[in-house]
Amino acid sequence: MTAPVIGVLALQGDVREHLAALAAVGAQARPVRRPAELDAVDGLVIPGGESTTISKLVDIFELREPIDKRIAAGMPVYGSCAGLIMLAAEVLDGRPDQRGFDGIAMTVRRNAFGRQVDSFEAPVEISGIDGGPLHAVFIRAPWVERVGPDVEVLGTITEGPAAGRIVAVRQNNLLATSFHPELTHDRRLHHYFTHLVHTTA
Amino acid sequence: MSETTSPNAGVTPVVGTARVKRGMAEMLKGGVIMDVVTAEQAKIAEDAGAVAVMALERVPADIRAQGGVSRMSDPDMIDGIINAVSIPVMAKARIGHFVEAQILQALGVDYVDESEVLTPADYANHIDKWAFTVPFVCGATNLGEALRRITEGAAMIRSKGEAGTGDVSNATGHMRKIRQEIRRLASLPADELFVAAKELQAPYELVKEVAETGKLPVVLFTAGGIATPADAAMMMQLGAEGVFVGSGIFKSGNPAQRAAAIVKATTFHDDPDVLAKVSRGLGEAMVGINVDDIPVPHRLADRGW
Repeated sequence: MTAPVIGVLALQGDVREHLAALAAVGAQARPVRRPAELDAVDGLVIPGGESTTISKLVDIFELREPIDKRIAAGMPVYGSCAGLIMLAAEVLDGRPDQRGFDGIAMTVRRNAFGRQVDSFEAPVEISGIDGGPLHAVFIRAPWVERVGPDVEVLGTITEGPAAGRIVAVRQNNLLATSFHPELTHDRRLHHYFTHLVHTTA
Repeated sequence: MSETTSPNAGVTPVVGTARVKRGMAEMLKGGVIMDVVTAEQAKIAEDAGAVAVMALERVPADIRAQGGVSRMSDPDMIDGIINAVSIPVMAKARIGHFVEAQILQALGVDYVDESEVLTPADYANHIDKWAFTVPFVCGATNLGEALRRITEGAAMIRSKGEAGTGDVSNATGHMRKIRQEIRRLASLPADELFVAAKELQAPYELVKEVAETGKLPVVLFTAGGIATPADAAMMMQLGAEGVFVGSGIFKSGNPAQRAAAIVKATTFHDDPDVLAKVSRGLGEAMVGINVDDIPVPHRLADRGW
């Protein structure tokens, strides 16, 4: 089995952490900043970062159309935090000109849990990932308010004031989490995604 | 519920951990943080693609020109900026002024900059940053200073440069120095790290960690004197993970265009063709001051220790 080639959208954000996590689970990980680099990958990770900035740079550096085309063609994409926002059909509390990819049929709310002082860590059980809950790190994180019929909810917050909020979803080959598995040493989510890319490629 | 419940299951969400504080800075990497003094400027910065704004009453160039004691900004002004943009808002507290920091935390700012640009409030102690839920960024001119700030709880480090000058030479010096000292540590045998810690005036455990990983345990940005896309790209090539631009944007001829150009230059810092393109037609850069022309007692980078 050859290792799948997985790109990390490297316009802004915690690119290095995703590259390291992907490499640790056996993927060939590489940064993607140009359309030609996108052509060479089997799957794509949209990292954590500032979604307004990433959205703007995606347009400026002419990556929107190529990424939308690859998504339509079935390329697996995983988005964490800002990446979840970039994969959402509708964004609440964003900038009016902020636009994601033609991704998951869901409505997300930016900075839904509050400002940085409200950023938190909590365990989240993910359906399809065995071995107990992931230790999830939420940083000025969004949550998912509504999902379409084709979207599978993989995880929710179980404790505290935000209990019940959706923080992990999947629609076919598109995967998204409100939290940052790349900031912990638990590689199960990157393994799950790499497996998805491998079985799709 | 299953019998093999994880030890974490059922734990109430925890805020203010080192991981969420340092993680916040990780999310800013590859981005530009811009000084703004009004809500309008904050919107221009957000429109240009800034990852965060630094709310302050006067940009460093004006602080330098006007003199006097420089303090934390008016809460009304900070509130106005928080309400104007959706990106993170940072604000400055004086070195050692833990009550200004308490106020900034209460206002809901996303990051506090314990900054040499303001007049220090304590010439012996910096703020105990572990005592706060809000994360802190601090300036450093060398590795020892960076590690002392991290020991006090800083979750992000930036080079100091010489703020308000448009002269990038000090930021260059600080970035080179920090990186050089990290490389030196990484090359030392384990039994020489004890003395290295003594010389750096930093805790041994932290020195050992830097020696092993070859990097700071927190994100390293650059600041102080960055005025052009080329300045920002040079700092990134020298190993900065992102850029603070103070007076360089709103003291220039066309702030919106310059801000957008610096954002693009930071992302494509290693691509001269992109840099050449974004450097065109930006109008006047801020009028600079050579650091050498500033009398030593007036140099901001020497504040903090």
